[in-house]
Amino acid sequence: MSPSPVTGLRRDVAVPDLAPAVPAAHSGRRDRSRGLVTIALFLAPALVLFLLLVITPILVAAYASMYKWNGFGLPEDYVGLDNFTRAFSDPVFQGDLWRAGILIVLSLVIQLPASLGLAMLLNQPLRGRSVYRLLFFAPYVLSEVTTAVLFTLVFSPNRGLGDALSGLLGVEAVFADPDTVLFALFLVISWKYFGFHMILYLAGRQNIPRELTEAATTDGASSWQVFRHVTLPLLGPTIRISVFLSVIGTIQLFDMVWVLTGGGPIHASETMAVTMFQHGFRRFEVGYASAISIIMFLLSLVFALFYQRVVMRRDTEGAITTRGVQ
Amino acid sequence: MTAPKPVQRTRHLGLHLVSVAIGGLIVVPVLFGVLGGFKDNGQLSTNPLGLPEPWVFENYVGIVGSGVFWRQLGNSTLIALATAVVVVGAAALASFVFARFAFRGRELLFTLFAVGLMFPFAVAILPLFILLRSMGLLDNPLGVVLPQAAFGLPVTIIILRQFFRTIPAEVEEAATLDGCTAFGFFWRILLPMARPALATVSVLAIVASWNNFMLPLVVFTDQSWWTLPVGVQAFQGQYADDTARVLAYVVLSMVPALGFYAIAERQLVGGLAGSVKG
Repeated sequence: MSPSPVTGLRRDVAVPDLAPAVPAAHSGRRDRSRGLVTIALFLAPALVLFLLLVITPILVAAYASMYKWNGFGLPEDYVGLDNFTRAFSDPVFQGDLWRAGILIVLSLVIQLPASLGLAMLLNQPLRGRSVYRLLFFAPYVLSEVTTAVLFTLVFSPNRGLGDALSGLLGVEAVFADPDTVLFALFLVISWKYFGFHMILYLAGRQNIPRELTEAATTDGASSWQVFRHVTLPLLGPTIRISVFLSVIGTIQLFDMVWVLTGGGPIHASETMAVTMFQHGFRRFEVGYASAISIIMFLLSLVFALFYQRVVMRRDTEGAITTRGVQ
Repeated sequence: MTAPKPVQRTRHLGLHLVSVAIGGLIVVPVLFGVLGGFKDNGQLSTNPLGLPEPWVFENYVGIVGSGVFWRQLGNSTLIALATAVVVVGAAALASFVFARFAFRGRELLFTLFAVGLMFPFAVAILPLFILLRSMGLLDNPLGVVLPQAAFGLPVTIIILRQFFRTIPAEVEEAATLDGCTAFGFFWRILLPMARPALATVSVLAIVASWNNFMLPLVVFTDQSWWTLPVGVQAFQGQYADDTARVLAYVVLSMVPALGFYAIAERQLVGGLAGSVKG
């Protein structure tokens, strides 16, 4: 704010304008190098943080995954891809993959459609709908840990609602039974996250021009037909993103499981992240745990690339063809 | 045009019934916790559902009166605010460049950050821990703040760049003619204009930090730095037999989050919906 640098700069900037006689190439080069310095200075903090604390750890994990290493000193015992073959032949890790698959399917078949239905309900002119919306979204702001501890106690057989619920559902101690624990976990995940997906769908729904649904109604379409043939296709991009977030979130699931069950009983609710954490931080098998991290990373990456190429691509194509038709 | 009223009314009634039922599924566990905190363990086992009889205030009073809860609340707040300042500051500078400068490699760099959206904490936590250990940042709040900020960069940069792009070039030209440096324009004109977007990304950063568990769990072995999620989990382990007291702790730890949600609901919801669109 002191006047001198300001006037100094003003002269600098003004030079090319006031003196067109200066060779363009020369001033251009000077501008560009000055610009590059500015750009570098602006980018530096974010780039340093990101390279040091996001990229480096992932590279270190990739490197460590090929060693037998306890995390102290430098990794020296090179084992090639042994850690990866070990993971894929470990029944616990195989189970992790299987359970991730189950949780993804449950989310896609139950949680997301329910959220979508609810979003459609709350899109109607209904008194008090903003209160409902506020309420449904509220669990999203609670941490997974808080949610997990709360539900541990809610389902606790002696002092919680466990007894009442077991009478209702016909099962006892849902978190202690290997047959039910995964479904109980899914219920708690849905409790916390359905509001989030609902909010996404509501936002997507509100971006659909009223004229479109109104026109369909005027043409005699039933409300189901309007939903099926107008709203649902136009919600496509939102739905695909919500599916994407749900899948990626399931691949990385940790906090909730760690607190709720610790992965038990007998690994029945264990996830990849929990297995990784057990080996890395409890048994100091950093090499093996890194291999699991890298597998999680590759799964997310391959899924994301595939999804963006194959599934989300339709969104842009759709937009272009629609414009072409009009 | 004029829909028959009774039909509409029954339809609305149905909608309300569904909404109230789902609202009940959300409220009942929380209410169980709130009321459970006012019971003793005997009441919890004989009367888990009903109102406390008599009301026991000991659980809540004990926690509110002990320093531990406040300490954890303070740590969570400090770490969340510091994370927000670092991530929003660094991301705003970078987004400014991504939005308003043309240079070779810009899209490549931006893509690098955007791809970071897919790097979950879980993938990096182990090497991150080793890295922090070698930098001497264990049991140091910076050991949580800096990685959280780094992992928050992608979403923050994506939202801010989008917003910075909407500010017309004329504004910048006028500022430059008036003698503004690039940083002067950024600091005195762009940031004030971007206040709503800055609020949104700050809220997202605060909520993410507030709820983070894995990182503080491994970084802080010193209890005095524990954040609320770590503290809640430890409290549950410590008082495993004292359900009523754990319930009171859980409920108290929810209050700040829900209070913040009540204040910042618009930024949070708008930010989530907006970031997904971007």
